[in-house]
Amino acid sequence: MNSETQSVSAASQSYPDRLQSKLRRVLVSWELLLLCVAVFIFWLNTQASPYFLDPWNLSDATFNFTEKALIAFAMALLIISGEIDLSVASIIALSSTAMGYAVSIGMGTTELLIIGPLVGLACGAFNGLLVTRFGLPSIVATIGTMSLFRGISYIILGDKAYSGYPSDFAFFGQGYVYWVITFEVVLFAVFAIIYTLLLHRTSFGRSVFAIGNNPTAALFSGIRVNRIKFILFLLTGLMAGIAAVCLTSRLGSTRPSIALGWELEIVTMVVLGGVNILGGSGSIPGVVLAAFIMGLVTFGFGLLNVPGIVMSIFIGLLLIGVIGLPRVWTKGLHFWKSIVSR
Amino acid sequence: MNETAQHSDSIKPLLELSGISKNFPGVRALSQVSLELYPGQVTALVGENGAGKSTIVKILTGIYQPDDGRIDINQKQTRLSSPQVASQVGITAIHQETVMFDNLSVAENIFIGHAPKNMWGLIQTKKMHQDAKQLLERIGANLDPSIELKNLGIASKHLVGIARALSVNTQVVIMDEPTAALSYKEIEELYVLIERLKAEGKAILFISHKFDEIYRIADRYTVFRDGEMIGKGLLNELKEAELVKMMVGRDVTGIFPQRTGTLGETVLEVKHYSHPTEFDEISFSLRRGEILGFYGLVGAGRSELMQCLFGISESSNGALTLDNRTLHIKNPTQAIDNGIVYVPEDRGGQGVVTGLPIFENITLPSLNKLSNRGFLSLAKEFSIARSYSEKLELRAASLDQHVELLSGGNQQKVVIAKWLATQPKVIILDEPTKGIDIGSKAAVHAFMRELADDGLAVIIVSSEIPEVIGMSDRIIVMREGLMVAEYSKATVSPELIVRDAAGIAEHVA
Ligand SMILES: Nc1ncnc2c1ncn2[C@@H]1O[C@H](COP(=O)(O)OP(=O)(O)OP(=O)(O)O)[C@@H](O)[C@H]1O
Ligand SMILES: [Mg+2]
Repeated sequence: MNSETQSVSAASQSYPDRLQSKLRRVLVSWELLLLCVAVFIFWLNTQASPYFLDPWNLSDATFNFTEKALIAFAMALLIISGEIDLSVASIIALSSTAMGYAVSIGMGTTELLIIGPLVGLACGAFNGLLVTRFGLPSIVATIGTMSLFRGISYIILGDKAYSGYPSDFAFFGQGYVYWVITFEVVLFAVFAIIYTLLLHRTSFGRSVFAIGNNPTAALFSGIRVNRIKFILFLLTGLMAGIAAVCLTSRLGSTRPSIALGWELEIVTMVVLGGVNILGGSGSIPGVVLAAFIMGLVTFGFGLLNVPGIVMSIFIGLLLIGVIGLPRVWTKGLHFWKSIVSR
Repeated sequence: MNETAQHSDSIKPLLELSGISKNFPGVRALSQVSLELYPGQVTALVGENGAGKSTIVKILTGIYQPDDGRIDINQKQTRLSSPQVASQVGITAIHQETVMFDNLSVAENIFIGHAPKNMWGLIQTKKMHQDAKQLLERIGANLDPSIELKNLGIASKHLVGIARALSVNTQVVIMDEPTAALSYKEIEELYVLIERLKAEGKAILFISHKFDEIYRIADRYTVFRDGEMIGKGLLNELKEAELVKMMVGRDVTGIFPQRTGTLGETVLEVKHYSHPTEFDEISFSLRRGEILGFYGLVGAGRSELMQCLFGISESSNGALTLDNRTLHIKNPTQAIDNGIVYVPEDRGGQGVVTGLPIFENITLPSLNKLSNRGFLSLAKEFSIARSYSEKLELRAASLDQHVELLSGGNQQKVVIAKWLATQPKVIILDEPTKGIDIGSKAAVHAFMRELADDGLAVIIVSSEIPEVIGMSDRIIVMREGLMVAEYSKATVSPELIVRDAAGIAEHVA
């Protein structure tokens, strides 16, 4: 009856760290596919216009994606953790409005650089509270704040616009650091590195993945799930505030309709970058490549004089395609296998 | 081996598998195995963790397609190309890791996909609830069909899973470790149910790591080892020791590890611990080197008490002292930082993070210790993960294999490994050997004793009587949220704790 046993040391097993070699993992990665697509679109652009390869022209092309990408980095982490922030474009509007107001009462560039990101941070904190403290689903909470934040801008501005930003403020959206390298591109590169390290090399990043895959088990492993989610909302708000500084500086004016519809493009960028919309997986290098691709496509359409509405149709199709393709792909693979095995 | 046994009786198998193989990247899960199930009989499938038992279940239920081999049902070759097809030919299963819907009611979970409908195609809720109630009563489960599943404990969820398997008309019932989450009382009810199914002529495949159960309920056995079929035959012709040897491939003796260290000073002291709904006035102390067992029926509040000590929920009253310091543990992070860790009962939901590789699961609670100003070192992570995998004899293709691809018992080892890696002072194990095979179970037991002898304080919650008695230096019995008895190793007996847990006679030691 007693089925208890004493183990006589069983044949021990060796554990390779990984089964697939690094090369193999790179070869089957989504990022490599994105890189190929990016190169292909780059080539298409060179065919579309002889002026495309001009360094100044290329430099101009970067404005299409740098500001959105700044937000996409933080959004990627948020989506990996299983949440989303749809209010980012409205945060830009509110932050920009606050900066405009500050100028109108006579503040200078230094104050603007503090106010813009600070408003973003505050909006992020508000979203974070709604989700982590009051338990609202983030998609609902941030659809609400999307209307709220932009609504406040409309109330303050009506059909007016703030302009008259100080001339040295222009540097952050229009300035060059060296030759054709803009300040925005430098900012983009710096944040790309920071977020890559944060997500892929730190314990914070690891916790983000754990939360996205199984929040309960993450909690049971001692991860402060709510605190990390709150920080992610803060980061997203902060990045939206920083993007607001760049965009306001580049446009030189603030209207309440600023950055309208950007949340869609940012989410598309994140998903195109290989982040699972349901959370749990993704990478920052993927998002960087996705940013390049979207920037190149926008610029290419510009070169070809394609109207803006076509661009939004394209973004919509891209979003559906990117989410749908992997499923169609695996279904197709199964189908193919079942034919072959017969 | 015992092939002759089955030719001697005349009944034909209802279901016959032959030459079945299945490969996964880096693993040969099944290689040329065969299996027969007979009507009105229970066939026990035994094998170590990762032997391929659940894989054959998934093949039988159409979840996986075999790479090779044939399946005959009633002497007719059949292709189980999808779960729908499998359920149409009358195969149902209670899986090891049950997939259920937390936000649906008990009745909806039972009838999902085949709810009774009226002429307009709408679900007849009332009828569904009645039928559900009947089914639940049939398996001796007293549950309200209308409450949402998320309000139930893991054992009750399991009962819902069993009810679901019986809600369709079946020929073949597969039970993959059905008793792992159940306590003595529900197991008895399950036996009654199985007898009834046998009488109805159903063919039953019963997977379990508990040999007393197998001998009690099964007629036949089939043994898998490392994905191969090692032997099969009638159980009454085979002694338990031989069966164990066939399964593990070596001789095993039947002794629980004895304490070699001495008991140290008191580490943990819990006084008047209470919770608004789950338990009340719990007081006990725990010394270094001691193993304290908690026994009770499902719903006795043991897991809730442990989760409260671990900071998942907050106590409403009472005090906890660790190393003479009074602590107010508000969340698991604090508990872990102070050296109290918890191996949960619900492995899939609370234990492993599916989607992450093995090594990331093992290092997850130690990330702060392993990182340098927040930065991780993969080399360090791999080396920690490797050393604990070796200690626990984990069976895995590589350390970056996703944890959900491991067999159930090996997932449990990952959870234990991740807590040992934090080098705790007090380790609470809730059903620690649930789903672990006999050889590794002994390894886990020996290891637990070794930990205690090294000065760790161990709490074990177990519904397995031999385990709780064999391992513990002291045993506390709980019933309906209260401590009803406490025994030392010298005074305890199975009859006593069963009686206390069921509340047949009040007895406070
Ligand atoms: N989808 C999968 N991908 C890769 N490997 C898998 C997959 N499913 C199972 N395996 C491997 O196949 C082997 C057999 O697993 P299986 O789940 O059938 O074991 P088991 O006999 O049920 O064990 P246990 O007693 O622990 O439940 C294991 O080594 C497991 O890691
Ligand atoms: Mg199994």
